Amino acid sequence: MSGCACGNSGPQYPELEEILARYAGQRGALIPVLQEVQAAYGYIFEDAIVRIAEALGIPATSVYGVATFYAQFHLKPRGRHVVRVCQGTACHVRGAAKILAAVEKELGIKPGETTEDLRFTIEPVACLGCCGLAPVMMVNDDTHGRLTPDKVAEILAAYE
Amino acid sequence: MEYITLTVDGQTVQVEKGKTVLDAIQAAGIKVPTLCYHPELRPEGACRLCVVEVKGAKTLVASCVAPAADGMEVKTNTPFVREARRTALELLLANHPNDCLTCERNGNCELQTLAHDLGVREVRYQGPKRSAAKDASSPAIVRDPEKCILCGRCVRMCGEVQEVAALGYVGRGWDTMVLPLFDRGLAEVACVNCGQCTTVCPTGAITEKSYVDEVWDALGDPNKHVIVQTAPAVRVSVAEALGMPVGTIATGKMVAGLRRLGFDRVFDTDFTADLTIIEEGHELLERLNSGGTLPLITSCSPGWIKFCEHFYPDLLPHLSTCKSPQQMFGAVAKTYYAEKMGLKPEDIYVVSIMPCTAKKFEAQRPEMTASGVADVDAVLTTRELARMFKEAGIDFATLPDEEYDAPLGISTGAGAIFGATGGVMEAALRTVYEVVTGETLENLDFTEVRGLEGVKEASVDLNGKTVKVAVAHGLANAKKVLERIKAGEGDWQFVEIMCCPGGCIGGGGQPIPVDREKRAARIKAIYEVDASMPMRKSHENPAVVTLYQEFLGKPLSEKSHELLHTHYTPRPRF
Ligand code: SF4
Ligand code: SF4
Ligand code: SF4
Ligand code: FES
Repeated sequence: MSGCACGNSGPQYPELEEILARYAGQRGALIPVLQEVQAAYGYIFEDAIVRIAEALGIPATSVYGVATFYAQFHLKPRGRHVVRVCQGTACHVRGAAKILAAVEKELGIKPGETTEDLRFTIEPVACLGCCGLAPVMMVNDDTHGRLTPDKVAEILAAYE
Repeated sequence: MEYITLTVDGQTVQVEKGKTVLDAIQAAGIKVPTLCYHPELRPEGACRLCVVEVKGAKTLVASCVAPAADGMEVKTNTPFVREARRTALELLLANHPNDCLTCERNGNCELQTLAHDLGVREVRYQGPKRSAAKDASSPAIVRDPEKCILCGRCVRMCGEVQEVAALGYVGRGWDTMVLPLFDRGLAEVACVNCGQCTTVCPTGAITEKSYVDEVWDALGDPNKHVIVQTAPAVRVSVAEALGMPVGTIATGKMVAGLRRLGFDRVFDTDFTADLTIIEEGHELLERLNSGGTLPLITSCSPGWIKFCEHFYPDLLPHLSTCKSPQQMFGAVAKTYYAEKMGLKPEDIYVVSIMPCTAKKFEAQRPEMTASGVADVDAVLTTRELARMFKEAGIDFATLPDEEYDAPLGISTGAGAIFGATGGVMEAALRTVYEVVTGETLENLDFTEVRGLEGVKEASVDLNGKTVKVAVAHGLANAKKVLERIKAGEGDWQFVEIMCCPGGCIGGGGQPIPVDREKRAARIKAIYEVDASMPMRKSHENPAVVTLYQEFLGKPLSEKSHELLHTHYTPRPRF
């Protein structure tokens, strides 16, 4: 159990403990536990991996291995808004690299990273599948097509 | 036992039901190449080098994981099989640094041997090379992920045999790597430095951290008095590391070789193994008589100590406070021996030759400075010593037999058996029996605690009082004993735990490859050394008796506590 010296009693992560209480000792429950933890906290943090390992009775390296194997799990906190810039062939031909560079410059982060204020995450993505609109980026569920680099800043500004 | 019959390359073989196709092939005396398979680990079927044709099967079959079935017709050497194997190997090589000339495992690498044996003379594929930094954070183990072929043997060794699980697969596809938890350095996770991963890694991706250069520097420094101690297990394995038969006893040649390397004195860790028995034996008697924490658990094995600190911190009071023989040697050498020689501790450079990688960590623990400086300056494994002999051009096989120097080179058979599982227990019983009963022990061989069974138990009659003991080697076995102690079930008074399978002779610094048979041969040699010694009880060691008379006073004295005993530190599990 990861204790702290702040003087507060009770578990540090009550929601995590509540999830684990329902699955205690069930080695096979790793994937559902990871899914619930991610739903509750937005990502899977290191202390959670350690606690999951203890509660399910499996090595922490195995929990970490599974969490890093599936693309659905995130091991770092994610921004409120997720930006995906299409790198598919059609977009590539129509200047996707410049769009991505503009997003990176605007946000000051690289694909896979999150801004310090947790506002944006750039998620690496191959093809978004709307080639007719190339070059394309998505912010959360909104598709923005026929982009030019100078439109990027304005689009992003709309997401608080 | 139910048997099944199958044919391998036309030969009929019988194997027990439940065996794999690979077992059947080996039973037929045929060798197929393997890489991720290791005889002592659960097969994983990751590398596909062991593929064979099975009549009726649609694809090639990975023989190490496929169960053998009655009536199977197996072909191990068809054009199709040979091509598939070679392709699998070439794909591995396409991503491999191919740095053989400067690689630690050059000449003893399974990947290299296979490339040679399978006739790979060019690599037809060019793949991206992994670029990943070496992890040299640990004082004992170095990881070089660029040479990792993801066979998973280290993961299984660490997870299944040692139950430490410091290493695991991370990521997927091309990005997959074998890494310590949270991609940290090995020094930042609960790795116990046992080095068992280095003994099963087929390549140079996990090796011991070498201190050979430091030792050459010290040997070349005219202002240093450089002395060496050799652990019990090294005398029965250094010849093996130099290509001689497994189980060759080479005590005298090793001593001669060390002198030729330039050491000023050649001493023996067996001397302080005897000293350990005196201290630990009295500690046991004191705990028995004064209601101290029981069972007393041995503390010679630094991998076991770190394991206890990480995973069983509540059992730390059970550990003997005795330092290991290596550290007792360092402390005695830089105080008692220094005084005798008129030297300052800092003028003496103590080198240990150990079968063990965890000893490298132990020597660097901050507690191990009883003399005011590091008591042990550099720790080399058996493998590193063999390399020094080669570098110095020493023809080991033709060396004469020479004797250790006095006084720290005088020892008994009891000190020698520290190198095998059960040996510390047996050595302690020989002394404790005579101390308690005042009688001469007639039969010195406590055979119940010998051998390769994972957990051994025995009881010994000491003047009408029965002492119950247990012995475990390999950390998964140790865990079984520890769980019983925790549950209040094990009613033992004395427990020996060794971190590595087989004890020190199976240590992480020993010759590669190793298997049960080799461990058994090394153990047999250790008991031959014991049987051939004129003295076989630690308390009869005249140099130890003199050490108490001239310097320490008596066992567990204040001076003993200052120099020969230590304390332990709980560490996080993760
Ligand atoms: S690991 Fe083996 S194949 Fe790779 S560079 Fe070292 S010796 Fe060569
Ligand atoms: S040294 Fe031992 S504990 Fe550390 S990673 Fe290797 S096998 Fe595991
Ligand atoms: S480090 Fe060695 S044993 Fe471990 S997976 Fe890589 S190649 Fe295999
Ligand atoms: S040895 Fe069988 S798959 Fe690797």
